[in-house]
Amino acid sequence: MKLDTALVHAGVRRDPVYGAISAPIYQSASFQHPALGESTGYDYSRSGNPTRSALEDALARVEGGERALAFASGMAAITCVLQLFGPDDHLVVTEDLYGGTYRLLEQVFPLPHTYVDTTDLEAVRGAIRPNTRAILVESLTNPRMKRADLAALAALCRDAGARLIVDNTFLTPCLCRPLDLGADIVLHSATKYLAGHNDVVAGALVARDADLGERLYFIQNAVGSALGPQESWLVVRGLKTLALRMERHQQNAMRIAEWLGRHPLVEQVLYPGVGGMLSFTVTDPVLVPRVLRRVSLILFAESLGGVETLITFPWAQTHADMPADVRERLGITDRLLRLSVGIEDADDLIADLAQALEG
Amino acid sequence: MEFGTRLLHTGHEVDRTTGAATVPIYQVSMFDQPGLNSPGPYDYARSGNPTRQALEAVLADLEGGARAFAFASGMAAVTSALLLFNAGDHLVVTDDCYGGTYRLLTRVLSRFGLTASFVDTSDPGAVRRALQPNTRGLLIETISNPFLKRTDVRPMAEIAREHGLRLLVDNTFLSPCLSRPLEEGADIVLHSATKYLGGHSDLIAGVAAVRDPALAEELYFVQNAVGAVLGPQDCFLLMRGIKTLKVRMEKQTATAARVAAWLRGREEVAAVYYPGVGAMVSFRLASGAMTEPFLQRLQLPLLGVSLGAVESLVAVPARHSHASVPPAERLRRGITDDLIRFSVGIEEPDDLLADLEQALMSAAQQANA
Repeated sequence: MKLDTALVHAGVRRDPVYGAISAPIYQSASFQHPALGESTGYDYSRSGNPTRSALEDALARVEGGERALAFASGMAAITCVLQLFGPDDHLVVTEDLYGGTYRLLEQVFPLPHTYVDTTDLEAVRGAIRPNTRAILVESLTNPRMKRADLAALAALCRDAGARLIVDNTFLTPCLCRPLDLGADIVLHSATKYLAGHNDVVAGALVARDADLGERLYFIQNAVGSALGPQESWLVVRGLKTLALRMERHQQNAMRIAEWLGRHPLVEQVLYPGVGGMLSFTVTDPVLVPRVLRRVSLILFAESLGGVETLITFPWAQTHADMPADVRERLGITDRLLRLSVGIEDADDLIADLAQALEG
Repeated sequence: MEFGTRLLHTGHEVDRTTGAATVPIYQVSMFDQPGLNSPGPYDYARSGNPTRQALEAVLADLEGGARAFAFASGMAAVTSALLLFNAGDHLVVTDDCYGGTYRLLTRVLSRFGLTASFVDTSDPGAVRRALQPNTRGLLIETISNPFLKRTDVRPMAEIAREHGLRLLVDNTFLSPCLSRPLEEGADIVLHSATKYLGGHSDLIAGVAAVRDPALAEELYFVQNAVGAVLGPQDCFLLMRGIKTLKVRMEKQTATAARVAAWLRGREEVAAVYYPGVGAMVSFRLASGAMTEPFLQRLQLPLLGVSLGAVESLVAVPARHSHASVPPAERLRRGITDDLIRFSVGIEEPDDLLADLEQALMSAAQQANA
């Protein structure tokens, strides 16, 4: 089955009783056992819920993995993966990663780790130690929009006996399938493109093999950070239009990148030619508050991947937890703005950016 | 204002914009910002959501804490509270604690260098003897699971004060209706809100309420960083459940006392565990062979792994709540197949007793046949 078809059929055929096309929302904490030692397959919703299963099965299919798990947030999904490791395990991590992941590694889980530019394979090779257990990368880095060579990283991991963990939030399975390229685990903030409507906070992971999936499930169940049924249903609903949305996000982003590239108040445009996210630097920091104040169609808000276009100032928002010198080194400056390009008409978006920059 | 009134008049019962009599469900991930230097009260729903905030304010008020936090499950609340400790820290924990807490400590957080001793915390002397130089916290359950032993908070708070420990109290089985540990010196009170607080078997949720504002800020940091927050729909349902907490607890407690007294007079029952407070009753059947026919014959209570709901629920701890405890450890604690845990619901007591009677008699006949 092609990916677009699998997406549309997410959550379909989940109701053998009435044949409802849309998966029922099971707002139930526990499930009656037919008898002692027997189970319907569901006992307690932290451990498993039929609505969440509809989402997890769809995610496993579209990412091409054996097992998917849905979480209360993207950070809860990343936390679950980090809990696979202990204080003796070393991680190699992409350097301009999401600020929330950075905070988790710096302040919550005391795992030894090394930040490297994961687009530089030699740098990654140099950072691997005998106790390196995983390489954690983002399929498109945030906010510099750099792409790593996942297949090459997977080969490095195989040689080192480490896991390749890929945060695929920015590209989605429509534009990148890390498991096909040799990754072991794919992560998502499903809040973003997967759900796509700025209406739900959710996370997901997909494991390539069943054993690893089972270990992650053990942690999810023990730690209890699973996604609720209402949110699970909303993510399923979002998945159905993912392919259409991603096409439009990307078309709009290409046009805006091109337009920004020609604008005299724009110094640099960071767009990798794929997906709906782009960053750009303005020529003068005073333009930043002006743009954020003047945009009228575009929302100034800290998220991405929704149908509405959002603008973010990473230096003060998503990456505020990084020390100033680290931000500076990574090019996360007080002149850098990030756009999550929505599915509005591109002409309206360009007109809004023009009046905000030039006003 | 009395507790029963505060459940209903929380200060959040009327929506300021529309006058709606319930808190709106903000099914949203992010919030438009007025300007770079004038941030709004909410930016991203993992960090804060108005529906969740209303719930958290109600919970803080009911528990008498500075702040409260709502989580995706009770285990997520426990996990987040335990992430306040550091690698190398040691905890003293109630020995017959919930199996999920035992699993979390021995198989997940142990990997991060957190260690725990499990002791009978209803005995303050046993707690003192278990203290080590690196002990940083006490984690107790007000009513233990499944033997329903009561641990008094005050003596624990005294030990915690003397030794500079943090006192964490899981108050799931009593709810703030029957016990408010923060008022007795606990630092953090924890709940599986799936149980009495929610009360309707319809949502999975957890709560941590914190007495001290500085510690509350630390826990907020973990909640936001780890991201195991409760979604808005479930926040709304939990607030809805809390409105009837007192009437439910009163009815359930009265029925539980009657059920416990009745069970004590039955020859099919070898032992009854009821602490005189709350709505959970555990009992041991005269033989393990009775368990299966007993459960088969019961008509009203649902067989399942939860508790604290309006419907009566029965569980076999060895197979359900404590299945995650290793078999040898279960045997040591006396958690065997003859042990039944009964979560008493709000059905008419006469109906429950009649149902128990026919199931016990039938099970005894079958076991002896």
